[in-house]
Amino acid sequence: MLRLVDVCKTFNAGTVNAKVALDHLNLTLEDGDFVTVIGSNGAGKSTALNAIAGTFMVDKGQILLNDKDLTKMPEFKRATYLGRVFQDPMMGTAPDMQIEENLALAARRGKRRGLRWYISPEEREKYHELLKSLDLGLEDRMTTKVGLLSGGQRQALTLLMAAIKKPDLLLLDEHTAALDPKTAAKVLEISDKIVADNHLTTMMVTHNMKDALAHGNRLIMFHEGKIVIDVRGEDKKKLSAADLLEYFEG
Amino acid sequence: MNYLSVFLSSLPGACAQGLAWGIMALGVYITFRILNTSDLTVDGSLATGGAVCIALMTSGVNVYVAILAAMLSGILAGLITGLLHTKCGIPAILAGILTQLSLYSINLRIMGNRANLPISVDKYKLLVSQRYVRALNLTNPIPVFVVIIAVIITVLYWFFGTELGSGIRATGNNVRMAKAQGINTDRNKVLGFCMANGLVALAGALIAQYQGASDVNMGRGAIVIGLAAVIIGEVLFSKIFSNFSLKMLAVVIGAVIYYIVLQLVLTLGLNTNDLKLFSALIVAIFLAIPYFKGGRKDA
Repeated sequence: MLRLVDVCKTFNAGTVNAKVALDHLNLTLEDGDFVTVIGSNGAGKSTALNAIAGTFMVDKGQILLNDKDLTKMPEFKRATYLGRVFQDPMMGTAPDMQIEENLALAARRGKRRGLRWYISPEEREKYHELLKSLDLGLEDRMTTKVGLLSGGQRQALTLLMAAIKKPDLLLLDEHTAALDPKTAAKVLEISDKIVADNHLTTMMVTHNMKDALAHGNRLIMFHEGKIVIDVRGEDKKKLSAADLLEYFEG
Repeated sequence: MNYLSVFLSSLPGACAQGLAWGIMALGVYITFRILNTSDLTVDGSLATGGAVCIALMTSGVNVYVAILAAMLSGILAGLITGLLHTKCGIPAILAGILTQLSLYSINLRIMGNRANLPISVDKYKLLVSQRYVRALNLTNPIPVFVVIIAVIITVLYWFFGTELGSGIRATGNNVRMAKAQGINTDRNKVLGFCMANGLVALAGALIAQYQGASDVNMGRGAIVIGLAAVIIGEVLFSKIFSNFSLKMLAVVIGAVIYYIVLQLVLTLGLNTNDLKLFSALIVAIFLAIPYFKGGRKDA
């Protein structure tokens, strides 16, 4: 369970450029929730995700994940409990390292990294199977440098990496926005499958209203650093893009 | 013909120097290519390695202990740069410059407030000495350098294949990814700086023995020589060497080529005072080539 309690963040506080990004934000996610997150530019969607991930420290409030207090924890330590996929396909992987090296790095989240070899033969087999499940042919290219993959392939790989340790929370930050529509659809399909297979609690930021409606069991909308819409279950199913647009304009 | 014979007779010396500086270039490779930063500490830590080694040896310490102490002093220098960078938020280049500058004073103190500390090959048991560079027996420094380099490359190859080492590579390759995968990037950077400067100080200790003196200015421009070695190695061998150990070998060969070319232009009459200018030009040109070719895109 994720709980954000009265979280505040102002960028450039005390200057003329001060921008309130999160304004006394409260949010509770139940285990297994798959929440799609929408809102106009600057509404605070990505800021909220980055606050949870620890990209910056919040000014006020608390971030609790399964009763662990993440509020003051450095980013790399929070990674133990989180899986993350970014908007930029270049961001989630190490381009000059091999596919299997990237997976092995991800599989050691939260573990002490010692002087053992970076990968074991059993792991290689496991990764082969995992990659096969993506159906992108990556299982035969495990020693290929990730920089040679397409954006869609990299996002799919990043998804695998994010899920490999069964994180308490999966954060997808507009992870299909930089892809062409066909690839985006494929990556979303993979996301759905990975979330379902691993029963992951998930937050997915998207700019695409249709995707926000079609995926997940809950939808929240940000506006000026606050959550202004929060619908779930049956209510969400009844929601249409037109309804959401009305909120955007109203 | 005369030029040629002079050049040929100076080849062993150039090779030995190239190998010694190749060790230092491996240190530069760690920061420049693996950590993807420029560490300017090396100009200072090279001289620190030389100063510590010679100062200890002249006060009666065993050569191996002295070399080990020199490496430790380099590791300490790297630690300081690393902490200035990660804990104090100072940009890596500036942190390196600060350490380097302070090391100048420290190096003078290590050498008892002298700018130059000679060591005689007749009185002390040196591991490598210029005097025997043409000797056809085991006192020749070239095989000693080759063995040391082989050990270093083997250890580095193993280390960067471990969980910890691959975490360091990820830190240099994509720091945001590394953090998202739970890698302690700050600690890894510090570790990288320590390793790099440990190697550089080791090179300093060997170079000082080789030339028979430690000098407070021996590290001036070292970073440029290191970069030259890295880049020459890459330009010449990147197409054929893809294995990590071969890439490191390419760096060492790059250093040897650098010293051979240097010897060549000196034989042809270049003024030694112009050497630094020449070195800087070589590095600038080789750095610019990939850019003008249409660019390697750094993600």
